[in-house]
Amino acid sequence: MAQKLDRLKESPSQTAGPYVHIGLTPNFADIGGVYPDDLGAAMVSDKTKGERITVTMRVIDGAGTPLKDALIEIWQADAAGLYNSPAERRGAADPHFTGWGRRATDMVSGECVFETIKPGRVPFNDGRLMAPHLTVWIVARGINIGLHTRMYFGDEEAANAEDPVLARIEHKVRVPTLIAQRSGDTYVFDIQLQGDEETVFFDI
Amino acid sequence: MSNIVAPNRPPEAGAFFQRDRDWHPPAFTPGYKTSVLRSPRRALLSLNSTISEITGPVFGHDMLGELDDDMIVNFAKPGESAIGPRIMVYGRVLDERGVGVPGVLVEVWQANAGGRYRHKKESYLAPLDPNFGGCGRTISGDDGSYCFRTIQPGPYPWPNGPNDWRPAHIHFSVFGHGFGQRLITQMYFEGDPMIWKCPIVKTINDPQAIEQLTAALDMQATLPMDMRAYKFDIVLRGRRSTMFENRPEGN
Repeated sequence: MAQKLDRLKESPSQTAGPYVHIGLTPNFADIGGVYPDDLGAAMVSDKTKGERITVTMRVIDGAGTPLKDALIEIWQADAAGLYNSPAERRGAADPHFTGWGRRATDMVSGECVFETIKPGRVPFNDGRLMAPHLTVWIVARGINIGLHTRMYFGDEEAANAEDPVLARIEHKVRVPTLIAQRSGDTYVFDIQLQGDEETVFFDI
Repeated sequence: MSNIVAPNRPPEAGAFFQRDRDWHPPAFTPGYKTSVLRSPRRALLSLNSTISEITGPVFGHDMLGELDDDMIVNFAKPGESAIGPRIMVYGRVLDERGVGVPGVLVEVWQANAGGRYRHKKESYLAPLDPNFGGCGRTISGDDGSYCFRTIQPGPYPWPNGPNDWRPAHIHFSVFGHGFGQRLITQMYFEGDPMIWKCPIVKTINDPQAIEQLTAALDMQATLPMDMRAYKFDIVLRGRRSTMFENRPEGN
């Protein structure tokens, strides 16, 4: 008889609940004096290389209402397409760019704003370049397991057209759900949880 | 940010094991009413991890404050402490291969001993403890171990059904070494009869998965005349080894 594999099971997910901000953005939740700053608040500094951009996101439920208690995290490459991570083997990322941002959606408008840079292109597993993108993760009350998606950039038509991940989406009509449109220096990205415009979410 | 990897372990860069979605709660769980309008209905797009998912942010011990892992005092006035049963919660962050995962940021939040959260939208009648904020954080050590001190949270009612109560619980947010390992879950307490009545717990279909979220009372680790200990191991996704042209030994 062969040896057992003895795998453990991943801890099952549970909803972040309505008070995720107490734990992850306590200063935003008016719990001051525990942490000096909320984590993920600043992604860039004056020294960060790359084109400064603003990304405005909302998460919209099946009734068309923006979530006012969601938490969104983004993870992205630097301007040269390198991740600030030990698992990055292709070179050293910009030390002045964290690559990671965390925001609570506004308790009135449901919007959150990331001040970041436009990421460079990074390779897919077969070496083809993916289009610039943000990796996006969403948790909130009523979301039983965090949702992974991506945000691509509307002014990158050529790169988007050859992106190997967007190419995997069978229903082409859904591709625009992953593409943020540019308005000045701001990209606007609405994440739809349900409905005809439901965002493509990933099992990665 | 500093290097999280223990000296004898090269950073891993393999793809993650596929998630067992039957073990996790499904998105649409009408018994938990808020999920009805917040659950994606279409099939997820399946994708093997790319570099965007196998990489992730790194957090160093240098970012932690001295009291970040001590919720008994991290919000209290000098010389005072939070009210309630004092407990220690400890365990290891492992991956599905059973390997301890070092350098993992563990963030926790919870209600006070009366079951009330410090939040402007909280409406439960229980009193607010002036010495309890309800958040803490720590980073796992070289073997994946972590520990923090807190008070045992109380159960509380919530407006789902007319008489639904949450069991006592602590929320856990954990980062692994790649963004694809990102996980939020909750820890429940051994022996609590409310666990099996809770609509949020019941979003999980497999009773063994619920037991995996139930921390055991550990009388050996309990500090006599001070605080009881609960052991809670957290398991993150495992990852495959990857052979690299420039590093043929793999991981």
